[in-house]
Amino acid sequence: MTAKPSLLPSVGRLLVYAVLALATAFFLLPLYAMLVTSFKDADEIRSTSLLALPAALNWSAWGSAWSSACTGVDCNGLRPFFWNSVSMAVPAVMVSTVWGALNGYVLSLWKFRGSDALFGMLLFGVFMPFQVVLLPMSQVLGWLGLSSSITGLVMVHCLAGLAGTTLFFRNYYAAIPKELVNAARMDGASFFQIFWRIVLPLSTPIIMVTLIWQFTNIWNDFLFGVVFSGTESKPVTVGLNNLANTSSSVKAYNVDMAAAIIAGLPTMVIYVLAGKFFVRGLTAGAVKG
Amino acid sequence: MTTKNSFESWLPKLVVAPAFVLGFAFIYGLMVWNGVLSFTVSRMLPNYEWAGLAQYEKLWEMDRWWVALKNLGIFGVGYVGGSLAIGVVLAVLLDQKIRAEGALRTIYLYPMALSFVVTGTAWKWLLNPGLGIEKMVRDWGFPNFEFGWLVDTEMAIYCVVIAGIWQSAGFAMALFLAGLRGIDDSIIKAAQVDGASLPRIYWRIVLPALRPVFFSTLMVLSHLAIKSFDLVMALTAGGPGFATDVPATFMYTMSFSRGQIGLGAASATMMLATVAALVIPYLYSELRSKPHDR
Repeated sequence: MTAKPSLLPSVGRLLVYAVLALATAFFLLPLYAMLVTSFKDADEIRSTSLLALPAALNWSAWGSAWSSACTGVDCNGLRPFFWNSVSMAVPAVMVSTVWGALNGYVLSLWKFRGSDALFGMLLFGVFMPFQVVLLPMSQVLGWLGLSSSITGLVMVHCLAGLAGTTLFFRNYYAAIPKELVNAARMDGASFFQIFWRIVLPLSTPIIMVTLIWQFTNIWNDFLFGVVFSGTESKPVTVGLNNLANTSSSVKAYNVDMAAAIIAGLPTMVIYVLAGKFFVRGLTAGAVKG
Repeated sequence: MTTKNSFESWLPKLVVAPAFVLGFAFIYGLMVWNGVLSFTVSRMLPNYEWAGLAQYEKLWEMDRWWVALKNLGIFGVGYVGGSLAIGVVLAVLLDQKIRAEGALRTIYLYPMALSFVVTGTAWKWLLNPGLGIEKMVRDWGFPNFEFGWLVDTEMAIYCVVIAGIWQSAGFAMALFLAGLRGIDDSIIKAAQVDGASLPRIYWRIVLPALRPVFFSTLMVLSHLAIKSFDLVMALTAGGPGFATDVPATFMYTMSFSRGQIGLGAASATMMLATVAALVIPYLYSELRSKPHDR
């Protein structure tokens, strides 16, 4: 490009950078405010500005958020809720991923008559408002004896995530050449051998996407958590909400902010470490086919 | 075909059968069940005595439901429109061979990794009148600055809009950026050779080419708006009063704290109908239009 040199491009570029900088401030402001607030004590919060750095790194709000802040009547901090979320998310993510891989494998490489229509119907599960399942599901969980249990939550998350994980794997496997599978069949490889020896070794990227995507969804879920969990099985999002909305006379914003960061930390860490896969999940979730 | 082969031909179906049976029971079974509940007199507990359309009539006569719908309208337009607008602007700007593009993308998108409950908690602090942003601006030398939307019946829903946009604008940006990267450079080069200015090229060529991405993003954000629950619960809990109720919080309140299961089921059905009207044509066209490239 041999465009004539003019002033406009550099002014334009300046403008571009200015807008981007403004956007950066908008997106970082809450995180920054959360961080600095979590290190202030109550007096400092009242006397200093939202953006002011704390006088010292005061970790007491973090300790309180983790193990002694009150959520309703219990005063054990977020710790029990955090571990509930871990023991809920890990099995639910595993099961829904394996399940999605098998479904996706069949729906892309072993299509049968009507399989596309069935898939289309399953896909509605990605979009349906889960409010529709809340009331009947709580009855089902009651009948199964799984009300208010982590096992019940795991089950609900596996079912709710099924459509999405199937979609991920099906779209990914659609790119595998059919010839590869046919050639293997000629050589006498069975359905599971093909999956195990040929398809699965090619699947690392989509497995990563699905694991990260499911983990983010399940860890961040609030609706199922608040409806289906009991005192002993509340996930961390519900714990955080109870903590931040506990009506006490003195609001401890530093503790709320520390708690919010703790609740968001696992998904943030994953996002920073494996953002590439996270973004691919986002885009795959939006573009079907 | 030998018997072994016929078993092999059944095997794929057998493998997906449990998933489809359970998945359909979960999606369509519970959907129908919820529909049935909405035609019953259920209050504290499910009660299958038929009530006809009574729950729906009651629903549409409730002020609170209308408030929820109005809020969904404001939130939907503000959240979807705001996220799309900010998303497309940021994507176009990032597409200008920006230094540190990767870092900026990471910053714009990180809210999407957070739970809406975390977002709500954070913004509740920022929007807190007396502390938060109000105090910050006052400390800057504007002692009369007021920003009390969060506790203002009329304005509180806009706080939900702001926090929602903060959460999702980066998502729109990511999709638009992916779309921009997929556009053939040679078209742009050709237009440049013809002497078209950069803004003009974007307006006339690039943005129209992004229409499918725009449409997908609109779909995803709209259905998120209709389902929106966590953000409202964490930020305003539907308050002040029920000023920021949306259908999802209405459904929750009626079903699980007011003992109005039939009414809750009816409101859930209305949500389902709205999402279905939006998504089914979209899914249909997406699934129909693709097979040729396979």
